[in-house]
Amino acid sequence: MSTAEDDHTTRRDFIYYATAGAGAVITGASVWPLVNQMNPSADVLALASIRQDVSAVEPGMQLTVLWQGKPVFIRHRTGSEIAEAQAQDAEAAEFIDGFARNENLEATADASDANRVMPSPEGEADGAWIVQMGVCTHLGCVPLGDGAGDFGGWFCPCHGSHYDLAGRIRKGPAPENLPVPPARWVDATTIELG
Amino acid sequence: MGGIPHDHYEPKSNAEKWLESRLPVIGLIYGTLMIPTPKNLNWMWIWGIVLAFTLVLQIATGVVLVMHYTPHVEMAFSSVEHCMRDVNSCHMIRYFHMNGASLFFVAVYAHMFRGLYYGSYKAPREVTWIIGMLIFLLMMATGFLGYVLPWGQMSFHGTAVITGLFGAIPFIGESLQTWLLGASAVGQPALNRFFSLHYLLPFVIAALVIVHIWAFHTTGNNNPTGVEVRRGSKEEAEKDTLPFWPYFVIKDLFALSVILTVFVAIVGFMPNFLGHPDNYIEANALVTPAHIVPEWYFLPFYAILRAFDNTVWVVIFAEWISFGIIDAKFFGVLAMFGAIAVMALVPWLDTSSTRSGRYRPMFKWWFAILCVDFIVLMWAGAMPAEGIYPIIALIGATYWFAYFLVILPLLGVIEKPMTPPATIEDDFNAHYGQTAASDNSAASPAE
Repeated sequence: MSTAEDDHTTRRDFIYYATAGAGAVITGASVWPLVNQMNPSADVLALASIRQDVSAVEPGMQLTVLWQGKPVFIRHRTGSEIAEAQAQDAEAAEFIDGFARNENLEATADASDANRVMPSPEGEADGAWIVQMGVCTHLGCVPLGDGAGDFGGWFCPCHGSHYDLAGRIRKGPAPENLPVPPARWVDATTIELG
Repeated sequence: MGGIPHDHYEPKSNAEKWLESRLPVIGLIYGTLMIPTPKNLNWMWIWGIVLAFTLVLQIATGVVLVMHYTPHVEMAFSSVEHCMRDVNSCHMIRYFHMNGASLFFVAVYAHMFRGLYYGSYKAPREVTWIIGMLIFLLMMATGFLGYVLPWGQMSFHGTAVITGLFGAIPFIGESLQTWLLGASAVGQPALNRFFSLHYLLPFVIAALVIVHIWAFHTTGNNNPTGVEVRRGSKEEAEKDTLPFWPYFVIKDLFALSVILTVFVAIVGFMPNFLGHPDNYIEANALVTPAHIVPEWYFLPFYAILRAFDNTVWVVIFAEWISFGIIDAKFFGVLAMFGAIAVMALVPWLDTSSTRSGRYRPMFKWWFAILCVDFIVLMWAGAMPAEGIYPIIALIGATYWFAYFLVILPLLGVIEKPMTPPATIEDDFNAHYGQTAASDNSAASPAE
């Protein structure tokens, strides 16, 4: 390796380093497009938001819609489900994941039921609607709904993750609560995702 | 090739001399086929040929299947069904290809456990072993990629799970998974590129197989005694060996014909026995099959993946010591790849100077338990992740790691091995008697 004090440094050394440097840059520049072409293409990225009419979803029903290639659970909870989910707030000490994972809130919001649900439209009880990704945070299977699992919410059949009525991970290998995607009411019966 | 003294090819006709002086390809083929092979090889040394045959079978049937396949999410499933129902003979070609994957893994597991028992991985054959492990990894990748192509329910949700393994890597996982899939979820980009790679990797495997053969032709084959062929002179070497052609080729072809009889019976009479009915339902992103399991050949490693959840103390400890970077999900992924990595490192983990397990009284038992453990893990991997099964998988996974990381290093120190025979010739004579041995040194390849 040549240094400033090294009087053996020659013009040829400089040419070696310059050539090797240029070769490395050219190799990198040639390989990068081959790697980058595997990233999501423009049309895939363009599938940004969808609107979903939920007027037909009665309490106790769940609608599963496809958004950005992934299922989203839109659940209209019954009064007893809301009460049970709020009662589960008391077990916060046992939560595997203490954060709400709600993209509509701050990242530091805690995992209380109120931080997981959508604001209710006029005339409905608080916590009547919960919207979350139907993708298990373990390895991406679609959990079963309608009271499946030990905590009355969702259960992932792939590796046995149990989620409670607010989509919080309670038991099994999944590390995080089901994520809540960006969602808002466009009117009293339509939800916009994304 | 080869460190064992043996005859070399001498071109005779003018045409042979002309070619050989320009490209010594006949000499290369001659040297490969006539390689001196220990004459005491037993029936566990047939799996190499079975594997070579299966690779050719898979490439040949695969090239044909591609002629009828469409890598598109709307059409992939129906193009496979079209092949099965309308294309002449295609149902049999596809069943051969599907079950060929199973034959491939039956043979490779037998081949690997053969190597583990007889110490084939030990010096000087470490490079052969490492290349073999690379081939095994590529086989698993190819098997998985191919399973995605019919675009059934198991294909689709299996892909979500397996690419999710990469998503578990801290910091870069999510972008890596997106990069692999070409989208945030499994879809058209994933199917298209998996098709491309499923076609590519078998040829990479074929190239590595050539390097694998090159490596063990340089060191010479191991054999059931683990004793090296004598290399002092050609005469001495010929007392321990026979040329690969015709002696071992005929033996291997006989074994292959027996194995193919069973294989063809399975393909003909129960072609879907090893598959999952769910994969005959077209992929649906909204519903995961109730019980998602990989193909049987992935089950032992899948069981290890699932065994480590956040109730296991070692997982809790890893999470604490790494400040939460290694969570239960990442730990499971590390354990699964680690289970393969410890196997790859076995040449340096096994400290015993005795090569073959035949002369290691304590090793034999631990190895037998490892074989049982492999079967138990396979069974536990097929069961739902509830009740007693995760505990069984955890015990199985623990033994797997203990065998490679604790038992093998310790056995080399505490075990007192028996004395192997001085030469391969002695071992051969002990089995077949002097009469068979007496005319062996005179055996010529072409008789």
